[in-house]
Amino acid sequence: MSTITDLALQAAPVTKARGYWATVGRRIMRDKISIACALILILIFASALFAPWLGLADPYQGSMIRRLRHIGTPGYLLGTDELGRDMLSRLVYGGRLSLIIGILPVILAFVIGTGLGLVAGYVGGKLNTAIMRTIDVFYAFPSVLLAIAISGALGAGIVNSIVSLTVVFVPQITRVAESVTTGVRNMDFVEAARASGAGPLTIMRVHMLGNVLGPIFVYATGLISVSMILAAGLSFLGLGTKPPEPEWGLMLNTLRTAIYVNPWVAALPGVMIFAVSICFNLLSDGMRSAMDIRN
Amino acid sequence: MFTYIARRIVYVIPIVISVALVCFLLVHITPGDPLVAVLPADASQELAQQLRTAYGFDRPLPVQFGLWLWRAVHGDLGSSIATGRPVLSEVMRAVGNTVTLAIFAAMIGFTLGLLFGLIAGYFRDSWIDKLATSFAIAGVSVPHYWLGMVLVIIFSVQLNWLPAVGAGPGGSGAWAWDWDHLRYLILPAVTSSVIPMGIVTRTVRALTGDILSQDFVEALRAKGLRETNVFRHVIKNAAPTALAVMGLQLGYMLGGSILIETVFSWPGSGLLLNSAIFQRDLPLLQGTILVLALFFVLLNLLVDIAQAAIDPRIKRG
Amino acid sequence: MSNPIDMLTPIEDVGGAAQPLLQVKGLTKHFPVRGELFSARKTVRAVDNVSFAIAKGETVGIVGESGCGKSTTARLLMHLMKRDSGEIIYDGMQVGRALSLRELRRGMQMVFQDSYASLNPRLTIEESIAFGPKVHGMADSAARALARELLGKVGLRPENFANRYPHEISGGQRQRVNIARALALSPRLVILDEAVSALDKSVEAQVLNLLADLKREFGLTYLFISHDLNVVRYISDRVLVMYLGEVVELGPVDKVWDQPAHPYTRALLAAMPSSDPDKRTEVPPISGDPPNPIDPPPGCRFHTRCPFAEPLCAKATPQLTTLDSTGHQAACYMAIPGSGHSRAPAREEEAA
Repeated sequence: MSTITDLALQAAPVTKARGYWATVGRRIMRDKISIACALILILIFASALFAPWLGLADPYQGSMIRRLRHIGTPGYLLGTDELGRDMLSRLVYGGRLSLIIGILPVILAFVIGTGLGLVAGYVGGKLNTAIMRTIDVFYAFPSVLLAIAISGALGAGIVNSIVSLTVVFVPQITRVAESVTTGVRNMDFVEAARASGAGPLTIMRVHMLGNVLGPIFVYATGLISVSMILAAGLSFLGLGTKPPEPEWGLMLNTLRTAIYVNPWVAALPGVMIFAVSICFNLLSDGMRSAMDIRN
Repeated sequence: MFTYIARRIVYVIPIVISVALVCFLLVHITPGDPLVAVLPADASQELAQQLRTAYGFDRPLPVQFGLWLWRAVHGDLGSSIATGRPVLSEVMRAVGNTVTLAIFAAMIGFTLGLLFGLIAGYFRDSWIDKLATSFAIAGVSVPHYWLGMVLVIIFSVQLNWLPAVGAGPGGSGAWAWDWDHLRYLILPAVTSSVIPMGIVTRTVRALTGDILSQDFVEALRAKGLRETNVFRHVIKNAAPTALAVMGLQLGYMLGGSILIETVFSWPGSGLLLNSAIFQRDLPLLQGTILVLALFFVLLNLLVDIAQAAIDPRIKRG
Repeated sequence: MSNPIDMLTPIEDVGGAAQPLLQVKGLTKHFPVRGELFSARKTVRAVDNVSFAIAKGETVGIVGESGCGKSTTARLLMHLMKRDSGEIIYDGMQVGRALSLRELRRGMQMVFQDSYASLNPRLTIEESIAFGPKVHGMADSAARALARELLGKVGLRPENFANRYPHEISGGQRQRVNIARALALSPRLVILDEAVSALDKSVEAQVLNLLADLKREFGLTYLFISHDLNVVRYISDRVLVMYLGEVVELGPVDKVWDQPAHPYTRALLAAMPSSDPDKRTEVPPISGDPPNPIDPPPGCRFHTRCPFAEPLCAKATPQLTTLDSTGHQAACYMAIPGSGHSRAPAREEEAA
């Protein structure tokens, strides 16, 4: 053949060739904390999804004679709320709305923000300036204030709460997406792809997306943690869900008056918000370190 | 340095105008006629028209904005519908209480955060690192309004050590730096401090770890530098970023205090915002948000300048 | 030898052997930089009025300190960056007129310095090499077959390497992959931008030998950019010396090495480590840092560091002037006959 005789060059590397995502997946599966968080989240999601088939009490059916039962009361495993409704049932059903209003804004913001960030980062120039300067305006508000301002102006309601949180998260995801995209765009392999004559759409599809989506996704996963707290917070203030819907933030609010009678039942909905929030945070951390593969 | 500051200030002007625009438009995204909030329920058509003209709602939007901005620049944010008092004085009085709370919370959160972060970064992967990291992740993941409730349950309801709500015997008006008032501050301040504590811990831990793993630290150690001096280098290098993060957190505490102030009935800007929202007091809502956002912009500006002053790497923008 | 590979048809040789493969005329690129507040915008003159030609089949080296505009020149030639002015003519055809940009990209390819950054970490090596031919219309299976074939050509056994990812192989192996990727479009000109600079010395030698082999086998022409004078001398036929965005000397590599006409070239060569005491020159080593390219000195840009600078040098820029029949050119008043510099040779007619 040719003049190359260096045997070392031909030596088969020891490990089996494995794609990036396969490697990341394997690394995550070895991370006990991430797995535990994933299992907890799956449990909460599944119970919320299949709530009607779990044989729980009616979450709307109250009774004046069994208000604020303690945790562990026979028949009411987690007690009852201020209107005598079964807490376990309301916590499980509460997951439905709480998870939707917490996660949907991040999903919407992920789609919009990634689009904006990709365009700003890839096209660059004046378009980038226009998009990023507009984003800066939203950064002039602390995120809680912005959410409250929009929600407060639009008025209470689930849709308004989702809209306001989406507006809060779009700038954050756009910024991350833009900076990741700009970083990847300046990599030599993108230059090399341009040098081989590929058009912008092909480069975007083959060379950019795969490198850009991962970090944005990880960031968005972490944002779910914030979003859960804020969404429940809006309901807690009375700006989100309306009674008698079971929703964790709203439940915290209506149970506030009960802290002198049965404090620990009153604190339960917060435990759910905390659990979901911390699991998403830890999962985001786990994914980030699993994706940080350098040789 | 001067150029940097000048450019930074020039850059703030369009941001301030845009912030004002957003606040102005807030009233216009409210469903229905903005006049409804101002108008008595049984008002005649005539009165409605009069008020419409008085408020300038009949002019085109850009003109309205210009007029509103012109008045705002002169300190006139309109009057509260609920109390009839000027919005600006209402807001400034409330902001004072929020600042008190934020500074107290910042002292707790930043001290703990810096301490945990440095220790965790220095003793990476030790049990103490794991403990501090767990604290930090719990701090950033906890719904703080719920934590406030839990603290009230423990320290007010169960132990009866500290008051659950309010700002002291003098009510919202008279704050004093004595124990009778300070004991009202403790629970809300501790509650607000957990998020900054968590974030500062994570930031400082990462910074410390990064700096310690750099070559120049190896070189310092090889030169026989004592560990205390190595530590000084770490602090010097981590300071600019840590400062920026802390500044941002202080801003979030000032602007995002509504949940905590609601839980503890703390008479600050957050509680004011809450009542403005539920009384549909739009001028008050608009004014409070504008003032808080401007505070935030100003704070960011100061942090940027301070960061530039202590970070030799930033010479100009 | 090897089986014939199903490659993309190279851009046809239209100009014949006498037509240079690449002509560059007056290539210029200035970058605006943000000035102080309220002051005028400044520009970095990264590449300033650079002209040269590359004949078919030769290897031209470009040397110079970092920041002298070598890499910018490469990117301008590849049209990865818009030039401010100047002409780039490929085999007699104006790019953008007689030759489309898309066609040019098949005729001219580039290998980058950072072997890791220049490969997409999410693609296998085979996919990376096959990408270019697919862009130009080759079917997936054919492009993959070509990629494997080329891996063999650059000394990597396809069965071991085709399905690997960039992070799984060594730097030298990655640079071989980058070479294969460049060759996949059947280019006639390959720009090697510091392509061996990041490699260990032993690996560097292997890759240089590989480049020499490939040049012979595929009839390639190279533009070889490097700061390493030894490597440039080894591989190049002619060399081009750049200083602060300008060409200061140009000529056959032996000629330039033996009789450097520009004091900057002399200083560069003098700064080269040599183990042979006889080869040590008497030329004073270069002094000072390169001047800020944002604000290049007027006249000859080297005069601030030149030991022989005279008032003349600060006034007007010396033009690149042909010195002899070998095509040796230099932009220095000391080399231009009758320039007025005290060390300049007399005009020929006067000397005769």
